[in-house]
Amino acid sequence: MKETIHSSQILVCGGTGCISSGCEEVKNALEDELNKNNLSEEIKLVQTGCHGFCEKGPIVITYPDGVFYCEIKPEDIEEIVTEHIKENNIVERLLYQDPISKEKIANYKEIDFYKKQQQIALINCGYIDPLEIDDYKKQDGYLGLKKALTELEPEEVVQEVKESGLRGRGGGGFPTGLKWQFARDAQGDKKYVICNADEGDPGAFMDRSLLESDPHRIIEGMVINAYAIGADEGYVYVRAEYPLAIERLQRAIEQANEEGVLGENIFGSNFSFELHIKAGAGAFVCGEETALMASIEGERGMPRPRPPFPAQKGLWGKPSNINNVETLANVPYIILEGAEAFNSIGTENSKGTKVFALTGKINNTGLVEVPMGISMQEIIYDIGGGISDGKEFKAVQIGGPSGGCLPEDKLELPIDYDSLIEAGAMMGSGGLVVMDEDTCMVDVASFFLDFTQSESCGKCTPCREGTRLMLKILNRITAGEGQAGDIERLERLSYNIKDTSLCGLGQTAPNPVLSTLKYFRDEYEAHIQQRKCPGGVCPELLGDFKIDAEACVGCTSCKDACPVEAIAGAKKEAHRIRSEVCIACENCVDECPVDAIFRE
Amino acid sequence: MNCTCEENREKYFAPLKEILKQYEGTQKDLIPVLQNSQEEYGYLPAEVLAEIAAGLNLPFSRVYGVVTFYSQFHLEPRGENIIRICMGTACHVRGGTKILEKFKKELDIEANETTEDLKFTMESVACIGACGLAPVIMVNDNTHGRLVPDDVPEIITQYA
Ligand SMILES: Cc1cc2nc3c(=O)[nH]c(=O)nc-3n(C[C@H](O)[C@H](O)[C@H](O)COP(=O)(O)O)c2cc1C
Ligand code: FES
Repeated sequence: MKETIHSSQILVCGGTGCISSGCEEVKNALEDELNKNNLSEEIKLVQTGCHGFCEKGPIVITYPDGVFYCEIKPEDIEEIVTEHIKENNIVERLLYQDPISKEKIANYKEIDFYKKQQQIALINCGYIDPLEIDDYKKQDGYLGLKKALTELEPEEVVQEVKESGLRGRGGGGFPTGLKWQFARDAQGDKKYVICNADEGDPGAFMDRSLLESDPHRIIEGMVINAYAIGADEGYVYVRAEYPLAIERLQRAIEQANEEGVLGENIFGSNFSFELHIKAGAGAFVCGEETALMASIEGERGMPRPRPPFPAQKGLWGKPSNINNVETLANVPYIILEGAEAFNSIGTENSKGTKVFALTGKINNTGLVEVPMGISMQEIIYDIGGGISDGKEFKAVQIGGPSGGCLPEDKLELPIDYDSLIEAGAMMGSGGLVVMDEDTCMVDVASFFLDFTQSESCGKCTPCREGTRLMLKILNRITAGEGQAGDIERLERLSYNIKDTSLCGLGQTAPNPVLSTLKYFRDEYEAHIQQRKCPGGVCPELLGDFKIDAEACVGCTSCKDACPVEAIAGAKKEAHRIRSEVCIACENCVDECPVDAIFRE
Repeated sequence: MNCTCEENREKYFAPLKEILKQYEGTQKDLIPVLQNSQEEYGYLPAEVLAEIAAGLNLPFSRVYGVVTFYSQFHLEPRGENIIRICMGTACHVRGGTKILEKFKKELDIEANETTEDLKFTMESVACIGACGLAPVIMVNDNTHGRLVPDDVPEIITQYA
């Protein structure tokens, strides 16, 4: 796999996740400590992007031995430097502990979270300094571009991408090579390439991580794309919520221009390419390709009817090609290593790897890249370490607001574009949100509808009005006011909205409802018929607050916290809640030191 | 802006003039100009929008349409600190709503409102992209993750 760039180095994770966990302080402490020990010449300190294992951040890895220290605090640094760096003794207490075997693991390659991964797009993430073009170059960076420009005709580049079987990672899964062919064949003196970094699916953060950790890979992918279709100008559309990604990409573009891998006459060829960044302004629908182009043009980001497709009439009416960040991250590899290296991985119709963002009620949250065709079971249990807090698995949501929820008996399914659609979900951008027994599936469905309803741009009626109506029905079900026939009403609306909406937002908005109806219909029925919420989530359907007399220690914290004096009981004796007075504010639940307060 | 005299007016619009100068002055520059102006003025007052419309040669209605379409733009003054509370999927299943409720209680405002002393504006957003650390909030450009409701008062004091 990767070679170490410097003979001896220490990596500190510096993605947005770890920055919030305090990696800046850790890095500064390391810098000071190395200086203090006169080691700063010998040992190179590298602040990388995201290493994927956000749950355990901040992460410190030493090279060449690959020892993985996690959840590091500035106080731990002195010990790492004196013990590990100077004495070559591994600091046992800071190692990762396997949650099942309880064994301490030193080398990160031995950790389950990394063992089953196969990295193409993320290969540099967490290993190189994203602010140094030289680091990227040492990992074969820009060699794919060099090969394309000096050895291949544009047509051959398109052919290679076609043969690789790469499909779009932004949601739709359209064959990338074919899309490039359309854009290449389109007539026009001016063409554009666009990178879609709007990443609006809540629960997905791979594009952000790629831009923060390995921005040059995206630039390289775009220049190859531009050469293949004959474009001389490009845009990266990054959502406004990602300031760090914008900053690092900006820096990378400047370096690439200085090094001559962007700009005029790249690699001495007569091919030139100019790249700009556009910051989004906060609208989910702008992830849709035609809306995104409208937004770059300075308009409201509303989708336009297709055809004409962007390949014919895209940005400012010119032929344009738009790809997702992760799609483009695979391109340098395909060109450098050849289509076969890529298409030997994966399933019949889905080649290569896919990055998933593992989140929700799972032990190991983070970013993982796995071969297509792996099962959900393997991702959630082998890599993700299973469900957190010893709870039972209920469902996994895949594909964001356009996707669906899959139950336990679908976990064996090999994941690819087509199998997921068949099961009623979709790949989407690759967000996997794991839900446990304490989740209400009707609440989840209404959560997504609330999202699509408020993000609907309002241009077409089925989406604008239809999602509102669906949300209204869902809300009354969760409020315990569901009516007979509501399930059928939801189904009918779903199919109508899917069939008649203008863009993908409306066409897929009903999916979360349809998939939960398919697999968790009994929960809907329980809400409507028995006025019960099996997941114990919907407040209007929960019973009274009670105190478990066995568990109560009589500390009176709950009594003090109660704003309406609904709690009775003497000190050191079991307390009791008078349900006629209780206003269900939950203050007491937060205060109870022994978690003795529950709802029936 | 309540000033009437010409001198004040000029001073007020000087930064905007600078911003407009950096662009060619066509529709495609509208969003970046709005972003920079909001950065400068903290929000987008009507006078500023009118000036932008004139500067870019666009009808006021077009500018207003764009401003109200994107959630990033604001027509009202905003607090010194912006608290963004993630209501994305990962945060939702890990208790994001409880964090929002706690902030509402502590700051005594609803989502998308500003405290009276203009110290805090609180927004609920769809996903911050740090889902691995759910539930997550952002205060200004800082991300805070793995929160429980009890962390909220301390965060507020940190910025107050
Ligand atoms: C409502 C909506 C939101 C979308 N959001 C994104 C997004 O955030 N990122 C993305 O890459 N594609 C998104 N897409 C898909 C794009 O329209 C487009 O298919 C994609 O950028 C093409 O790139 P690919 O072929 O490399 O996947 C979205 C589509 C719809 C309908
Ligand atoms: S869902 Fe909250 S940060 Fe992504």
